[in-house]
Amino acid sequence: MANVKTNTEAQRMTFWERIYLPEIARGLGLTLKQMFKPKFTRQYPEERWEPEGSYRGRPVLVLEEDGERCVACGLCSRVCPALAIEVRAAETDRDKERYPEKFEINMLRCIYCGFCEEVCPEEAIVMSKDYELVFGSQEEGILGKDRLLIPVAQLQDRLEFLRQWR
Amino acid sequence: MNWSTLLIPVIQAAILVNVMLIAAAYMVLAERKVAAWIQNRIGPNRVGPWGLFQSFADVFKLYLKEDIVPAAADRTFHAMAPVISIAVAITAYAIIPWMDSVTIDGVSYSLSMAPNMDVALLVVLAMTSVGVYGIALAGWSSNNKYSLMGGLRSTAQMISYELSMGLSAVGVLMICGSLNLVDIIRYQMEHGWNVFYQPLAFIIFLVTALAETNRAPFDLPEAEPELVGGYHTEYASMKFGLLYLAEYANILASSAIMAVLFLGGWDLIPFVDEIALLGLVPNSLPAVLLGHAALAGKAALLVFVFIWIRWSLPRFRYDQLMNLGWKVLLPLSLANIAITGIVLLLLN
Repeated sequence: MANVKTNTEAQRMTFWERIYLPEIARGLGLTLKQMFKPKFTRQYPEERWEPEGSYRGRPVLVLEEDGERCVACGLCSRVCPALAIEVRAAETDRDKERYPEKFEINMLRCIYCGFCEEVCPEEAIVMSKDYELVFGSQEEGILGKDRLLIPVAQLQDRLEFLRQWR
Repeated sequence: MNWSTLLIPVIQAAILVNVMLIAAAYMVLAERKVAAWIQNRIGPNRVGPWGLFQSFADVFKLYLKEDIVPAAADRTFHAMAPVISIAVAITAYAIIPWMDSVTIDGVSYSLSMAPNMDVALLVVLAMTSVGVYGIALAGWSSNNKYSLMGGLRSTAQMISYELSMGLSAVGVLMICGSLNLVDIIRYQMEHGWNVFYQPLAFIIFLVTALAETNRAPFDLPEAEPELVGGYHTEYASMKFGLLYLAEYANILASSAIMAVLFLGGWDLIPFVDEIALLGLVPNSLPAVLLGHAALAGKAALLVFVFIWIRWSLPRFRYDQLMNLGWKVLLPLSLANIAITGIVLLLLN
């Protein structure tokens, strides 16, 4: 190995680099400069983040003026990889003929994949912007129709986003 | 012996200990704030205005925590280690000349516990070295591999670096001709700060002080990725709090000693006799308070430098640490003594 030329980092260093102190001073200068830059922190409870339409938050059911869109076909329940959705269908006198008598999403199981929304033929279940999900108990984490139905006006961003890609 | 001779030291001690504890608490806050600013964050700002009471909330939390002692630990030493750490840290505070003595109506008062000790610098160096016992005992008595490794590293590191630290201070002693910290300050007030005559010694002292206080980039004793928490892995509750507090108390002590040895102590502006310029009487209350503010300001600035360095530089590897200590800093500090000696000889 006598004729092998070495060219290591340590050999390439100049004298000033080798005594480290100027480089340390440069590093310290960099961090000092950072101290006076604008901060990135969001003061969460006061400053809330408003997600875009593409955000996949808590899945909700769309509520129109004349009632829910859902026809209780059960596709969402079928496709759900986490088995979080339970639908029980019942008959009604309205045009759509069927409605979900019971519709429960177990938010402790939901993985926010959005498959239920993709598979829904009626665009009745969509992902909302709601990301503040706190439950005091396991029972509270299972959301029934009372908490799932959201007026369509509040879901316009998401519905527009979906139309863009369908 | 009358009551005042007993009472005054007790009051002095009470003031010193309390001021020290509050200062250490606020250094923890400063550390978090500076860290946040360097990382473009805001830092703690919820407890009180600008998060000013955060440290007290933290200490209160530590008090409420369960005190867990490992079953295999040596209970006596496990309990003793934090006490040694904090006691040693506080002892150093008694020696630092925080302010000049105040003369009111011919009677002289002083906040320093041991103001004119002739071997003050030696005692300070000795105290910082005794601090290693706390850490070594904490590591050993926990009966935990990580703790023991942390304690061992700390011991080796302190022995390697206190040598260079002591030797770098020798240059100052040769110039000032005294181990008495007050004399060193008075010399600097007359002749200008030592940092201008001993810049190399100042840098060596700063680096070794970082190592002695186990601060980054020399925080190998508590290197989180390898040693979990190092010597305080097995400590909980206020025992952990004491170790933590001792660490910060040591930083403040080192900063104050650096300010005294190299940055002129009570002197506000180098090469200017600002007390005479402002028309103040030496040892009068305003003059002394000005000196104290100057010392405290310099110490605070150095504390900021400690924090700043921690959040800028990555940790050394263990062999790099030893190489730097023995192959770089020790020869440099010896050369500094030789050069200082030759120059002093030529000047005289």
